[in-house]
Amino acid sequence: MSDLRDLYQEVILDHNRKPRNFGRPPHANCEARGDNPLCGDKVTVYLALEDGVVKDVGFEGRGCAISMASASLMTEMVKGKTAAEAQALFRRFQAAMTGQDEAVGGDEDLDKLAVLSGVREYPMRVKCATLSWHTLAAAMANGNGATVSTETE
Amino acid sequence: MSALGHPQPSPVFGSNLSTFDVERVRADFPILSKRIYDRPLVFLDSAASAQKPRAVIDAVRHCYEEEYANIHRGVYYLSARATAAYEEARAKVQRFLNARDPREIVFVRGATEAINLVALSYGGRFLKEGDEVVLSTLEHHSNIVPWQLLRDRIGIVIRVVPIDDAGELRLDAYEKLLGPRTKLVAVTHISNALGTITPVAEITRLAHKHGAKVLIDGCQAVPHQAVDVRAIDCDFYTFSGHKLYGPSGIGVLYGKAEILEAMPPYQGGGDMIRSVSFEKTEYADVPQRFEAGTPHIAGAIGLGAAIDYVTGLDQDRIAAHEQALLAYATDRLSGIPGLRILGTAPEKASIVSFTMEGAHPHDIGTILDRSGIAVRAGHHCTQPLMDRFGVAGTVRASFGLYNTIEEVDALAEGIQRVKEIFG
Repeated sequence: MSDLRDLYQEVILDHNRKPRNFGRPPHANCEARGDNPLCGDKVTVYLALEDGVVKDVGFEGRGCAISMASASLMTEMVKGKTAAEAQALFRRFQAAMTGQDEAVGGDEDLDKLAVLSGVREYPMRVKCATLSWHTLAAAMANGNGATVSTETE
Repeated sequence: MSALGHPQPSPVFGSNLSTFDVERVRADFPILSKRIYDRPLVFLDSAASAQKPRAVIDAVRHCYEEEYANIHRGVYYLSARATAAYEEARAKVQRFLNARDPREIVFVRGATEAINLVALSYGGRFLKEGDEVVLSTLEHHSNIVPWQLLRDRIGIVIRVVPIDDAGELRLDAYEKLLGPRTKLVAVTHISNALGTITPVAEITRLAHKHGAKVLIDGCQAVPHQAVDVRAIDCDFYTFSGHKLYGPSGIGVLYGKAEILEAMPPYQGGGDMIRSVSFEKTEYADVPQRFEAGTPHIAGAIGLGAAIDYVTGLDQDRIAAHEQALLAYATDRLSGIPGLRILGTAPEKASIVSFTMEGAHPHDIGTILDRSGIAVRAGHHCTQPLMDRFGVAGTVRASFGLYNTIEEVDALAEGIQRVKEIFG
């Protein structure tokens, strides 16, 4: 039970119950859809990208607590960042999730995502946590209408 | 399930010979003594793939250690032994399905390959643009996608039999779909996601009235009940070995001899020819015509051992044991507030699919896993069926011959832990 509480921390359960920035922001000009064909989970990420800065961000979709909370946290983290900063954070987050980057101290943004670190113990669930980030990257790279899949990395 | 017509002695604690001794059965499966996260393994995912009894493991080992060589070729002792064992496995499958002739049994990799074989070979030869193939909402993707590939190639039309809210096929709607354009009906015998048992003999009779051929996907049926392809009168029947406690990578396509004989080869290669020159090749008779290349010899022999194992336990007694588990699990789980069982047909195999308010199937699966309970969470390769019920996926607990009432209790307790976390 105690290790399950590491995975399902109160912050995650809270974001799952009340996802932040859920829905399409009014001035969104980029979007992409992400699919996890293994479980059928789907997420759409919307961006209002102006002069390379994420002015607004939102998401819609359905999925497990990990994917919903991760998407919700992501929108809080990237709002106001430049696209390049968001990309860099995605890479650091992904490295942390897949255990390639153990030393995370001093990275304030990554520290806020540390509530998801319990996912590392569940390799089958890492894709749930990274789906929305892959989708964000696709939205920033391709503008409109891109679709990414966790199975075509 | 005629065996359920009268009160059954307890399937779990019974000890006389007329009852199903599940503890003795469990001792036949080495993996069941494993501990997961320091808890006893509770394996409730046999519908995805069943665990293997010692008899199957030993048969595969014996094949490789004692009598392995390529088949149908060598003039030497070992090849003759391996060929005899492989063909004996075919004869076991024939008797298991009550087919007329071993020639009606084609060894394939699994049901997926069998359906692709029928779509490519039978469909490619006998279906043409505008012909209709009837599927059902219950189908596994493996009985949908091969027909879509055929549709994209030659322009057949796919029609779908709907289901009702209990997960039963709507026979009235099925009858209305049948017509002069219907050339093939391909439906599941038992739904892998819901457990619904479909009336395959009636489905076949109605299809034949319209001159259509019938393929039955029997993957989930053969582990749970005796199957008689002559009583069903279907034209094709398929199942995978690994769901029947046999090895993975081996499966069966049954086809009526006269139909198989009219079908062209599905793949070209060795072992499927009579003579080859660069001008003309004569194909072998069935079933070798459909078994190009060296087959999964040890897999077929292991499947034969699996068939011996389940028939030795008596399929009617297995069915009675599993029906008792299903009834108990349905009762236990439906008493949990917020839990919804999908698939409530009166005729069901031992599969319980469910969703829970406020908790996603994957989260439920992870929490159960930490209690040593293995269930399947997701869409079960039946996305159209999930769409029919308006869910992205479910949690599926499927019970095999080695599961116990105590394991159902463990599942119910695990679900309580989900509620503790997700509230």
